Amino acid sequence: MAWLNQVVQITLVNLQNVPRRLGTSLVVVIGIAGVVGVLVSVLAMAEGFRHTLASTGRPSRVMMLRAGSDAELSSGVARDQAVVLASLPAFARDATGRPLVSAEIVVMVDLPRKGQSDPNNVPFRGVQPAAFDIRDEVTLLEGRRFAPGVREVIVGRKAAAQFAGLAVGSRIAFRDSDWTVVGTFASGGDVHESEIWADAEVAISAFRRTGFQSVTATLADPSESGLTALKEAIARDRRLSITTLREPQYYARQASVLSGLIDVLGYSVAVFMAIGATFGALNCMYSAIASRQVEIATLRAIGFGGTPVVVSVLIEALALALLGGAVGGALAYVYCDGASLSTLNFNTFSQVAFDFRVTPGLLAQGLVWALVIGLAGGLLPAIRAARLPVTEALRTG
Amino acid sequence: MKFLPLLWAQLFRRKTRTVLTLLSVLVAFLLFGLLQAVQIAFESGADAADAKRLLTTARYSIIEPLPMAYRRRIEQVPGVVAVAHADWFGAKYQNESNAFPVFAVDPARYLDMYPEFTIAPAQREAFVKTRTGAVAGRRLADRYGWRVGQKLPIASEIHTRTDGSLNWEFDLVGTFDAEDPAVRGNTDVVLINVAYFDEARQFGRGTTGWYIVRIADAEQARGISADIDRLFTNSPDETKSQPEKEFAIGFAKQIGDIGALVTRILMAVFFTILILTGNTMAQSIRERVPELAILKTLGFSDVAVTLLVLGEALLLLVLGGAAGMAAAVSLMPMLNGATGGRFPPLFVAAETWLLAAAVALGLALLIGLPPALRVRRLRIVDALAGHR
Repeated sequence: MAWLNQVVQITLVNLQNVPRRLGTSLVVVIGIAGVVGVLVSVLAMAEGFRHTLASTGRPSRVMMLRAGSDAELSSGVARDQAVVLASLPAFARDATGRPLVSAEIVVMVDLPRKGQSDPNNVPFRGVQPAAFDIRDEVTLLEGRRFAPGVREVIVGRKAAAQFAGLAVGSRIAFRDSDWTVVGTFASGGDVHESEIWADAEVAISAFRRTGFQSVTATLADPSESGLTALKEAIARDRRLSITTLREPQYYARQASVLSGLIDVLGYSVAVFMAIGATFGALNCMYSAIASRQVEIATLRAIGFGGTPVVVSVLIEALALALLGGAVGGALAYVYCDGASLSTLNFNTFSQVAFDFRVTPGLLAQGLVWALVIGLAGGLLPAIRAARLPVTEALRTG
Repeated sequence: MKFLPLLWAQLFRRKTRTVLTLLSVLVAFLLFGLLQAVQIAFESGADAADAKRLLTTARYSIIEPLPMAYRRRIEQVPGVVAVAHADWFGAKYQNESNAFPVFAVDPARYLDMYPEFTIAPAQREAFVKTRTGAVAGRRLADRYGWRVGQKLPIASEIHTRTDGSLNWEFDLVGTFDAEDPAVRGNTDVVLINVAYFDEARQFGRGTTGWYIVRIADAEQARGISADIDRLFTNSPDETKSQPEKEFAIGFAKQIGDIGALVTRILMAVFFTILILTGNTMAQSIRERVPELAILKTLGFSDVAVTLLVLGEALLLLVLGGAAGMAAAVSLMPMLNGATGGRFPPLFVAAETWLLAAAVALGLALLIGLPPALRVRRLRIVDALAGHR
């Protein structure tokens, strides 16, 4: 108990003295805040991208592409094939008996980012009426749905935020056709929020296509056997040459390259940054403790043990690190959380937008890094201070 | 220069401290070198661009095909020297989608269009003559262990053969490379002979993806682009022509604000380093006030002592910075090996070294000036008496 008592006493004295050593303490806090801030922001980007992917698609839905194609852009599903697919019994139906199947086309349209003039490949999706019942996460934020047979579009929330000229009521020109923006939609933060949607038939004629590129549908029986039954039915039909994937599987594959890149970039920056800052923090701790050599020697001269000194110095280091970590995390939260970013997905050759997400998990991770840096930076100097012979310390100080 | 030993002795007065500071500076510049390399790699397309080359794509979307017959019409536009074309094959290799780009090209026209690609004359000849021939970028061939003379089985995600199959096979007749690292990223492709490809495909015969146009005078790039586009206005396949550099910049912009993001990360890194190193430096000078006072007593002028302190900061940053950049350079081959062909080659460009030097100088001033000015104002009597 006496030992613990000593620790408490020295720690209290130390912490009370922090304001007197404001400069040095502040440097440690700012240094660690810098590291944690960068770390959390970079990882928030990776997290946001992962979230956008993870929330796209449901396992109960399937995506059908031409056999051999891995992406909608390179796929093609002819009209007659789409009709045959829609008639298969494996799909769910709505109250009126209409199958929950939507044959869709995807083309790229050029739109400038807000405040810029260079074109970006923004995905433009033509959907069939059932699309809204299949993807029931789609909700209108503003305006109304496009009317069938008319050149009207609704715009995903993130596309509207990133690209110019997509406000409700504005007109946009693609390929000798004028379209009116009649609404904005959200769909739970997934990749469809980076898209522009229109009626499939209108899009096909406007973009001079002859068929669709993919078919999305809701399974009547979402279990594995339901999917197998569908695959067998497709394989049996000689008119069809189609690959079937559950939606989440399809979208995860679409982002493999980009998510790898973001992860590698994020984590290597974080690791290097942490190493560099650990050296810096170590230095500041060393000098902070070196300048308190006399103080520490005095404590030991009046009877405090070496271990309590080490522990209390460590506690101080950890407290400062924790404070730095909290400040860094808070800065990342204020500046980054919700900030959105749009980039080119190499797999699909189209723009995908996502938000930075500073999650509690990331904040906790940031605090852990801060504590590790504090521990690494504080332990060695503390041991050194406790080891130095008292007489020598008092004399040279 | 004669003060270098003195600077050195000052700097390494406390070894542990200086080594730790050097390491943190080193890591900051290592990160700087790597991130700049990534940024330049994303933008290298623009550097590799030839001012005398234009790209003509479909007006509304780069993925729409254009009639192959456009070639002759573009050739007749005044100022145009040569025209080549390429089509996107949509390769799938060993079950990996878009493992690398494959372009269907007219061999002679295409290789003439890109004189920066180096290929052995015999292999070029073989590519021109072999209908099923293909040539691959050196880095790609190394990554997959391809040998010249072997069969190259590549599937397409887009183009079916006349028998409905998506599986294609070509004969690898050569490899090509580029001297300039900024250009080498453009060699990470496989070129196939369009004569065979166009005949053997089921759909889209007689179309191509885009045209590459060589012009005589780079000054006229805009005028000629407009002339080409005017040829096809109001046709079913309108075009959009632009200088290659603009196209590359536009493409890099599609990747988004990587540049801005990298700059922001680096600013945070250097700000942190600035605070930490600045504090250490100030502390170190504070401890040495009596020593510096003695220098002044010995006859060193105020300016000389100020410069000594500044020189110490500069030496610290230059040592750490150079070591960090050197570490970044030595990491490049490993990184390029790991990403081989999937990502444009990373390299530390001359301008990155310049920028690093400028940053080191700036940081040295920011870190060194406050203690240097303090030392300058120092009165010998006070300093020796211990009134800091």
